[in-house]
Amino acid sequence: MADSEDQQRTPAPQPTAASGDGGAPEHPTPLRRPGERVPPKPEGARPGVIGDVAALAGGLKTTLTEFFRPVVTTMYPEDKTPRSERYRGRHYLRRYDNGLERCIGCELCAAACPVGCILVIAAENTDENRVSPGERYAKTYEINMLRCIFCGYCEEACPVQAIVLGPEYELSDTSREKFIYTKEKLLEPLPPDVEARLAAKPTPPPHPTLPGERGGNSQT
Amino acid sequence: MNQVYNDPIGHWIVVTVAILLLFFVVLTATAYTVWFERVALGRIQRRPGPNRVGPFGLMQLAADGVKLAFKESFIPAETDKVLFVIAPTIAVAAAFLAWAVIPIGLWGNVQYWIADLNIGVLLIFAFSSLNVYAIVIGGYASNNKYSMLGGMRSAAQLISYEMALGLSLVPTFMIVGSLRLRDIAEYSVHWGWYSGPIPLILLTPLGFVIYLMAAVAETNRAPFDLPEAEQELIGGFLTEYSGLKFVMYYLAEYVNMITVSALAALLFFGGWNLWIIPPLLAFFIKIVLFLFLYIWLRGTFPRLRYDMLMRLGWKVLLPLAIANVIVTGVILVATQG
Repeated sequence: MADSEDQQRTPAPQPTAASGDGGAPEHPTPLRRPGERVPPKPEGARPGVIGDVAALAGGLKTTLTEFFRPVVTTMYPEDKTPRSERYRGRHYLRRYDNGLERCIGCELCAAACPVGCILVIAAENTDENRVSPGERYAKTYEINMLRCIFCGYCEEACPVQAIVLGPEYELSDTSREKFIYTKEKLLEPLPPDVEARLAAKPTPPPHPTLPGERGGNSQT
Repeated sequence: MNQVYNDPIGHWIVVTVAILLLFFVVLTATAYTVWFERVALGRIQRRPGPNRVGPFGLMQLAADGVKLAFKESFIPAETDKVLFVIAPTIAVAAAFLAWAVIPIGLWGNVQYWIADLNIGVLLIFAFSSLNVYAIVIGGYASNNKYSMLGGMRSAAQLISYEMALGLSLVPTFMIVGSLRLRDIAEYSVHWGWYSGPIPLILLTPLGFVIYLMAAVAETNRAPFDLPEAEQELIGGFLTEYSGLKFVMYYLAEYVNMITVSALAALLFFGGWNLWIIPPLLAFFIKIVLFLFLYIWLRGTFPRLRYDMLMRLGWKVLLPLAIANVIVTGVILVATQG
């Protein structure tokens, strides 16, 4: 505003080696470092009070224009943004069409998991109690969802496409215990569209069954 | 109605009912002002604002109020406990007292105000000055350096801008010749073929501009909200306040906002006179427009630096206001002899 006072308030230049003969800064304005240039006003801006008031009016015009433009917020619980097909949400354990569990208890998922949130305890299949094709099945399969980082390595490691990450991401719950997903919860059927997409993907053939066993996609 | 009003006992009954009614109206208006501000600020930033509690989020403030009321009434250690509690009380009392003299309008022949004082404007400024005490005492009693700084800033700011605020209205008083708000709002002219009420902004436009800026500063609103600058002072004098004591400061701020809006409507825009629109509605429309202006300013301008604030107050607004008084006086003397 008042130039004389501005000069008075300008701090003295720092005695550095480079600015030995430089003297006073070129544009003395308050609260700018010596030598720092005043940013030029935008093209076509009028000088003086009229220009300043015009700038204020310009700001007001911008906000008023925004006021009348449509709101861009997604009303989350009602509207959801579309997710990618490959979205990695909560886990599911899949079954074969004949109802046998795909998981063969190999623990490759647990080995691949970078945070160690998967616990698999395998047991032997018998003719009386056949849970999956192959020799073994997962007696216990637990995922600690509080630890899981949803990297999808378990899905990649699985030789029989048993564990997959589904589309659900609203996993909040009321106690820590409820975040330990057991087989009961993991074996819930996948959403049909996801199951159809996975079925269309080339998958490795079912694990070969021992002689005399029913298994894989073979008919019952 | 007039008979009841002139009877000594009836007078008190009427005044008591009016006070209770006023509390109800102003508190409700405050709640919806907050809602209006949040929605309008949201729209400026292209988001919807509160829309969850009740239709269009209209019950948001009820929910907030209940939440704040159930909070622990906490007083930090090592504070001046008496002053800590008194300070927000002063704020809210001063804010409501100003409404004693504000005329809300005329409907039929019933007048809506508590006291029709002939020094109405003066009283309002007296009460709005009390707000400084609330903030300075609150800042001092909190035993917190940020609160203290906020309080000191506020003292300097409010004192500086009160001068400009008062002087900006002097031309209005000179033209009207009265400090009674009703006289100012109903000010009429007889110019040739036109005879009737005229908004005073046409006669003192500069006074209005100065009033507008000073009023924003006086109510501690953005861009002059230095006493509670969140980014620098963690909320200034409000830092240590929570629960109902915080509500009181918050309430006072918004009541003050409505007060200066109502005052602007009364002093510069003819109060409840607006073409053929019913008086109460006209007054309401004017207040809402001013409130929107406030919110619009808050959504547009960044906070001023402290030295800029002082420079604007003392070196721009005050000289302009004084010049306005002198020029208006000269014109008045020249035209009316």
